[in-house]
This record gives sequence, structure tokens and C-alpha cells, in this order.
Amino acid sequence: MTECIMDELRIIEIKKSVFADNDRDANLLREELKQQGVFLLNLMSAPGSGKTTTLIQTINRLKERLRVAVMEADIDSDVDARKMKETTGVESIQLHTGGMCHLDAEMTRQGLAALSLEKTDLVILENVGNLVCPAEFDTGSSANAMILSVPEGDDKPLKYPLMFSVCDLVLINKTDVMPYFDFDLERCKQNILMRNPKATIIPISAKTGEGIDDFAQWLVNEVQNWKK
Amino acid sequence: MHELGIVFYIIRDVKQVAEENHVEHVASVVMDIGEVSTVMPHLLSDCWRWAADKEPMLQGCESEVNTIPAVTWCDGCKSEYPTVAHGRTCPRCGSENTWLLRGNEVEIKEIKV
Ligand SMILES: Nc1nc2c(ncn2[C@@H]2O[C@H](COP(=O)(O)OP(=O)(O)OP(=O)(O)O)[C@@H](O)[C@H]2O)c(=O)[nH]1
Ligand SMILES: [Mg+2]
Ligand SMILES: [Zn+2]
Repeated sequence: MTECIMDELRIIEIKKSVFADNDRDANLLREELKQQGVFLLNLMSAPGSGKTTTLIQTINRLKERLRVAVMEADIDSDVDARKMKETTGVESIQLHTGGMCHLDAEMTRQGLAALSLEKTDLVILENVGNLVCPAEFDTGSSANAMILSVPEGDDKPLKYPLMFSVCDLVLINKTDVMPYFDFDLERCKQNILMRNPKATIIPISAKTGEGIDDFAQWLVNEVQNWKK
Repeated sequence: MHELGIVFYIIRDVKQVAEENHVEHVASVVMDIGEVSTVMPHLLSDCWRWAADKEPMLQGCESEVNTIPAVTWCDGCKSEYPTVAHGRTCPRCGSENTWLLRGNEVEIKEIKV
């Protein structure tokens, strides 16, 4: 930090990214979760891409193998958390973001404090439906995943490059409606890999169940590696 | 809203720096905002006015925005070009193997006290 006097106003140089503090909090949280052997998946997507439906399907096939808990982030309702509890029976809480379009590491930490982490292997955070802001705010998650649904178009990765570049896993959902849309699966995969060569891509349908077992297996593997 | 969230982070950082420097009132905050960052400067200044006036230390404090032009690197012909005019396809060689070099910044540059 340097200072200089100019026009009677003193200038204090800061030169710091607005995201720096959150990045530090997030790294700290990630390290703590690693120590506790808890894997946190941050699941993001545009509104209505199928986060809640996919999670219900997946958790029902997974809960014999992993102890799962869910945090539903929503601007202002608890519809998703109640639905999750009723349909899967796993521990599930609602986080209100107070009008904010994303969760940061501090809000995530507060949510985790409300869960019984000692009885949990995998916490899934359903982030706010939005493709811009959640990509900029590291939540402290062990891995990031996103859902792109067929009606949104195969060129989404080109329009939201940051979101695709921060995700370890991209689920392409609603494949059951592929015949009705001008959606080229191969081109979509290419667009994703161009922005993120390391991304794992799994086409799924939360309606028919296609690909859900692959997603469940991906989670089991990730959690096992994390606990090593 | 996105910009409002960003403003809360800025306020937290600015207050901290002001306190460390024993400053009682901040006259102006200067931001470096990339042309293709997710922040819209006019929304940022509206949110800033609303939120800053609630903080005694920041009442009437101006926000100034320097826009950082976005520049993309083309791996095809190893050169740079302006992102906003040409998007992700290189205007020289047509390659799509391109990466943003700068223009993504959301930074607090300095404060005037
Ligand atoms: N055809 C079809 N519809 C689906 C599929 N998955 C989800 N849907 C439907 O898409 C709508 C939105 O699904 P949700 O699971 O609520 O989506 P979400 O991403 O949780 O939505 P928000 O939390 O509001 O952002 C619902 O009507 C689902 O029934 C799918 O694979 N195929
Ligand atoms: Mg939902
Ligand atoms: Zn080129």
C-alpha cells in the first residue's frame, strides 16, 4: 500500500480484487472440510435446468452408499428444501441469500454449521439459479458441477465461459427432449472442452433416469478420493 | 442483484483500509472494472450511492470507474486483438483457440481521503 498527496486529497492505493477475501475464506473452508472428511459439491445452473429434480433422483440411488445432506440456496423460498426432505429423507436445509444472487464462502460456512457434519460424507449445495455470479464466488467446495439443459442450447458454454471453466463436471440434462430441439450434443461437448479441457461431461435425463447412475458413480469416486 | 453484492464487498474492504490508516471520511473510491467483467458500471454506481450513504464513513463518497479494455490472445497466430469487437474468433486467422488476457478485473484501485 503506497500513499501520496494530490490536490489536498490523500490517495491510498489498494489495488486488490474484490474477490480476494472470499477466495481466502473459501480456501480455508475447503481445507477444514478436507480434515473432517466431508466432500462439498457446489451445483450450479440457470434457473429451471433441473438441479432439484436431478438431485432427488441421484440421492435416492446414492443414499445406501454415502451419507448425504443437502443445502438449498434460494433467494427467498423454502420450496426446494421441503421437497428434498419429503422425497429423499436426507437432512436438508434452506439457505436464504437475502436477495443476493450467489452464495459466498461465509454464507456456505454458516449453512454447514447447521448440518450434522460428523454423520455426513457428502454435502450438496444447490446454488442460486444463475450462470454469472456463482462462478465468481468460490464457496469452498471440493468440486464444482453445473447443469446445462437441452432447451438452453448447445452454445451456452460460449456465452458463459467463466461458469464452464470453473466446473469439474458438466451434466447435460433433459436429453429426453433432444428430438424437439436443435441441440447438437457433439458440438456442445466441443464447446465445453474448448473452455475447459479437464471437464467431465455426462448427458442425463432426470425424467427418464438416463445417466443418473453415472453421475452417482462419479460422486462416489470423488468422495472416496477426497477422504484419502 | 449482482452489483449490490459486489458493493458490499467493496464497502467492507474500503472501511478496513480506512480504519488501518486512521481515516475518518473517504471522499472517493476508484475502481478498475474490466470491459467484459460481469459488472455494469452504471448499476454499480447506483448501488454504491444507495449502500455507501448508509455508512457514516462513506456518506457522499464518490465512486469512480476506470474501464479496462478487454484483450484476447490468439493461440493460432500468437497475437492479441480487442475482445469486444471480435469476440472469441480471431480476426486475423479465424482461429477459435483464443483466451482472454485482461478485461475481467473487478478491483479496488485506490481511495481518496
Ligand atoms: N423433460 C424433462 N424435464 C425435466 C428434466 N429435469 C427437470 N425437468 C423439469 O424442469 C423443471 C425445473 O426443474 P427443477 O429441478 O425444479 O429445476 P431447478 O434447476 O432446481 O430450478 P430452480 O431451483 O428454480 O433454479 C421442472 O418442471 C422439472 O420437472 C428432464 O430431464 N427432462
Ligand atoms: Mg431447484
Ligand atoms: Zn489468430
